[in-house]
Amino acid sequence: MSTVRIYVPKDACAIACGADEVVAAIEAAALKRRQPVEIVRNGSRGMLWLEPLVEVVTPEGRIGYGPVAEDDVEALFEAGLLTGGDHALRIGKPEEHPFMAKQTRLTFARCGIVDPASLADYRAHGGYRGLERALQLGPDAIIEEVKKSGLRGRGGAGFPTAIKWKTVADAKADRKYIVCNADEGDSGTFADRMIMEGDPFELIEGMTIAGIAVGATKGYVYTRSEYPHAIWAMEKAIEVARAGGMLGANISGSPYSFDLEVRMGAGAYVCGEETALLDSLEGKRGTVRAKPPLPAHKGLFQKPTVINNVLSLTAVPHILADGGEFYANFGMGRSRGTMPIQIAGNVKFGGLFETAFGITLGELVNDIGGGTVTGKPVKAAQVGGPLGAYVPTWQFDLPFDYEAFAAKDALIGHGGIVVFDENADMAKMARFAMEFCSVESCGKCTPCRIGSTRGVELMDRIIAGERVESNLATLTDLCQTMKLGSLCALGGFTPYPVLSAMNHFPEEFGAPPRRLEAAE
Amino acid sequence: MPHYEPWSEERARAVIGEYSHLEGPLMPMLHAVQETFGHVPDAVVPMLAELLNVSRAEVHGVVTFYHDFRHEPAGRHVLKLCRAEACQAAGGDALADHAEHRLGCKLGETTADGRVTVEPIYCLGLCATAPSAMLDGRIVARLTERRLDALIAEAQS
Repeated sequence: MSTVRIYVPKDACAIACGADEVVAAIEAAALKRRQPVEIVRNGSRGMLWLEPLVEVVTPEGRIGYGPVAEDDVEALFEAGLLTGGDHALRIGKPEEHPFMAKQTRLTFARCGIVDPASLADYRAHGGYRGLERALQLGPDAIIEEVKKSGLRGRGGAGFPTAIKWKTVADAKADRKYIVCNADEGDSGTFADRMIMEGDPFELIEGMTIAGIAVGATKGYVYTRSEYPHAIWAMEKAIEVARAGGMLGANISGSPYSFDLEVRMGAGAYVCGEETALLDSLEGKRGTVRAKPPLPAHKGLFQKPTVINNVLSLTAVPHILADGGEFYANFGMGRSRGTMPIQIAGNVKFGGLFETAFGITLGELVNDIGGGTVTGKPVKAAQVGGPLGAYVPTWQFDLPFDYEAFAAKDALIGHGGIVVFDENADMAKMARFAMEFCSVESCGKCTPCRIGSTRGVELMDRIIAGERVESNLATLTDLCQTMKLGSLCALGGFTPYPVLSAMNHFPEEFGAPPRRLEAAE
Repeated sequence: MPHYEPWSEERARAVIGEYSHLEGPLMPMLHAVQETFGHVPDAVVPMLAELLNVSRAEVHGVVTFYHDFRHEPAGRHVLKLCRAEACQAAGGDALADHAEHRLGCKLGETTADGRVTVEPIYCLGLCATAPSAMLDGRIVARLTERRLDALIAEAQS
């Protein structure tokens, strides 16, 4: 009997849904039948409601089955799993599934397909084409290519990546750094985690290109202690890349050298803010720094530093491989390229959906996400993490675009969408936003440190029905102070969920209903 | 179940020493100390201060800033329940109430018998298969009351 190759994801989400147990069951079932199998632990395709998604290599291609439970395995073997046999869990070819077919995948093109620990597999699927071209172009032309792409920081702020890079490239210093912000703390986001677990070489390639472009030889990936699987996958890939001559001295035989290290945070949300992250990397409390100086001038250990989000850095290999114009052809307005959007919370088909900017929130939540898993009507979606606005259903025609969201007092952030059904208590969610800010505040600036605590107290009074009108007025005022007076986005953006919940659902705060466009 | 070593100054020096070649080594050192002893003992603070040539206050400041670092050892098992928005949207509030009721202690506390510490965690990145939890480092998604009961029983055994 010839060996059959089976893919079972090692993505944290798949493991949390029982993938390791499924692997053990497949091995046992195969052994019983004396059938040799080769199990590859890939990343996730991003159809997370189907995890664990088992794929079998057949002459027609890879055939998927999901969600597979440990107890399903014996029946799947009986149904001819190894030859792509029919079964209730069979979904056909994963790439032809409507959820996948509707996407434009650049960053996630390989995720779920390749073996994340294999450099050969990475290369076989177009990996390191970007670096190859970057080595031919040289630093100035690399930055020019990134500029042409229109790439903006995918961490939430949307700052043009090429400008950051140019600033660091122009800075004179004996040492420069590339820091990857993989401190993905926003609820509803998991794109960074998925790419680190599913296609870690892409991040290594992107950081290497950034290093060559600005003259940095050392890079750090700062990620979360809540992401142990991502840390293992990243460290494994770094080891493999080093052994393969793709990290360390004279990368790929070139005169350039670059090496990487993974560093783990310790449960502080505020370390996702870039300057707090740098302080944490240096071994200090994760407090926010006042800007200027910009990290591009004085960053890690006071040296010029590029600090970019995982999704910005993983867009880079594609921009270099296929050209900046190719990337800029996707998108709308000043939002160019694709965005890996994460659909989560109370949603039927949750997962990773990469698409060009411009798709509406309604399409994402209702058409692609399939509405709520509870089957109740959707009430609102929080977009952009704990600091993002609650967008009510009557604003679901909003296109995914930095400027369009900003015009409605909302933000895209890191591209996470958390769906809520009609049972959501909006006053409670507003209170939670303030409470979260008070717990996670670094304490450096007063509006955030004190304001969030006062905000929780105000929300408690409002929820208890005490002098609602005047407390709401105070809350609005407090939000303005936090928005304008905070040092970073934690205190500055906490008002977004609070004010959006209050303005769109005033009756839940004990105020008269006001279903028109709410004034500030 | 994690096994931790009893405090030993010599052992602490060895653990810390493994990271002294790094740039900005304090965070990796603190993680290593906690992984070895189950918490960050007070005695380690002056050791780190001396080694890194910073004040005790600075080291103390770092230890107390981060939620992960424990001043006291946790219970024998640590159950973390995700309390972030995506898990709240998927019924996490009821599960947290259920866990508190079953264990007879609040989130952030340890049961009277010292067996289980139950804590909130803000996002495991499993938001599309919410609600989620972590028991001694093992992650579990699509949590239901039944699955939570099984985790609690496992932690109490």
